[in-house]
Amino acid sequence: MTPNGSHAPHAAHAAHAPLARLLRELGPQVLGAVARRHGDFADAEDAVQEALAAAAAQWPARGIPDNPSGWLYQVALRRLADQVRSERSRRAREETVTHDPSLERSPHDADDDADRLRGDSDDALLLLFMCCHPALTPASSVALALRAVGGLTTGEIARAFLVPEATMAQRISRAKSQIKASGVPFERPSEGERGERLAAVLHVLYLMFNEGYASSSGPSLARPDLSGEAIRLVRVVHALLPDEEEVAGLLALLLLTDARRAARTGGDGELIPLDEQDRSRWDAALIAEGVALVEATLPRGRVGAYQLQAAIAAVHDEAPSAEATDWTQIFALYSVLARLADNPMVELNRAIAAAMVQGPATGLAMIDALERDGRLAGHYRLDAVRGHLHERLGDVARAVQHYHSAADRTASLPERNYLLTRAARLRRGADDAPPLSAPE
Amino acid sequence: MRYMLMMHAPRGDGGWQVTQWTPEDLRAHIGFMKSINRELIASGEWVDAQGLAMPGEARVVRAGQDGKPVVTDGPYAESKEFLAGFWIVEVANTQQAYDIAGRISMAPGKGGVPMHLVIEVRQVMSAPPDEI
Repeated sequence: MTPNGSHAPHAAHAAHAPLARLLRELGPQVLGAVARRHGDFADAEDAVQEALAAAAAQWPARGIPDNPSGWLYQVALRRLADQVRSERSRRAREETVTHDPSLERSPHDADDDADRLRGDSDDALLLLFMCCHPALTPASSVALALRAVGGLTTGEIARAFLVPEATMAQRISRAKSQIKASGVPFERPSEGERGERLAAVLHVLYLMFNEGYASSSGPSLARPDLSGEAIRLVRVVHALLPDEEEVAGLLALLLLTDARRAARTGGDGELIPLDEQDRSRWDAALIAEGVALVEATLPRGRVGAYQLQAAIAAVHDEAPSAEATDWTQIFALYSVLARLADNPMVELNRAIAAAMVQGPATGLAMIDALERDGRLAGHYRLDAVRGHLHERLGDVARAVQHYHSAADRTASLPERNYLLTRAARLRRGADDAPPLSAPE
Repeated sequence: MRYMLMMHAPRGDGGWQVTQWTPEDLRAHIGFMKSINRELIASGEWVDAQGLAMPGEARVVRAGQDGKPVVTDGPYAESKEFLAGFWIVEVANTQQAYDIAGRISMAPGKGGVPMHLVIEVRQVMSAPPDEI
């Protein structure tokens, strides 16, 4: 820390931004090649991290080598060889260096390596399968995927999750130990496992997007764009597996959700609900791409949860105004989704759609049934939705009571601010209140 | 030097009464906190800041005789205030931490009147050990 409290490293960091970008791009590519050759993902990841660190230290002074990915590949292999050696000497307590020609190669082999490194985009998928290994918690998987496939540094990931770098380094290292302990080799999952493993990959990418999109935990401090990274990775998976309907569905869902990003918060980060958003700020190109994906995928008939959620997002995004929203279609889609997955959150959203089609009383009755069901009992969203529905019925006292009750229990600060403000506006009388989204 | 600034807010039936504020009061209060955070980030002093969920959600955990956690809703020390949120700032000296705490204390409340919030200032033990 400098005396005035400013942190100098940012400026130094910025000067090497092009190098950081290059390493970020090459890292996952080299990791794929090294892991394929070595067979052990965790060891390969360690070695590639060391190679990247060596490049970051040496290239600014010596210049970038002609074949940067070949350089990284060679250095990573040498680190692996060192690891193998030290492991052996540790075990045997003797200094026999076994010559393993596969691990000791001269830099002239770089040309062969270029072939190895080029092209195999399948590696990205293999790496994702490893990072989203069932032995890991989803949070560890997100972190590991960001580093191994996204090419983010541990520091960047730590900033994204608002935890100290040392904490994140530990989290990633633990995740790799768990993968190593599971003994799963770096290869495609068997046909039998494939569906489940792919679902895990999609779930992790969905969580990665949400982490960035919601960023509900505290004020943002130049957090890396996790939503953008998640979309980029889903695009990669979609390009490799164009026939997987749920991959297309997830991509469409993320695009159609991200399209509304600029409109969903005001200048101070306050939440703006869908029906009050300025739709001219929605990203038309993202909407067009998402809608095209939905239209191309849904008719194939293997309908899944991501496709249905994407279809619902598409109905919202295509409505020229909140009033023009086709709630009948949204209700129908939520009904299909509810049959597909027994999820109380889906049921709550179905109740909102029902309220829009058949009136608030219907929605409130469905929410009472949900409360009795018990799985969402006491969840703040039940009260938040009740507040909205009572507000629509003109029952101000009850609406205020439910908004306050929801505000007491939400874990999201922007959400709490929104609920309190909504209640405050009602208490005074909605007519003379300025809109929530008024600019400062 | 790192300091934790703990913001204590009066309980709902005390002076805070956030559920009785006008929309403008709320906006002014939220805007005040956001601008403090923006300034701390810009000055490089911001390490972390979090708002806490309402005290009704708090639970007390204590290990029982068998060493397993026992979770109860209280007992809590009787107080007119609750911990509403905290900042961790990195500053050159203690006075700078006091100055930031003093500014936070003046957050506007009902009718835009400064709340004179109680801010507890504690040093975070993040200093490296002396080299031998």
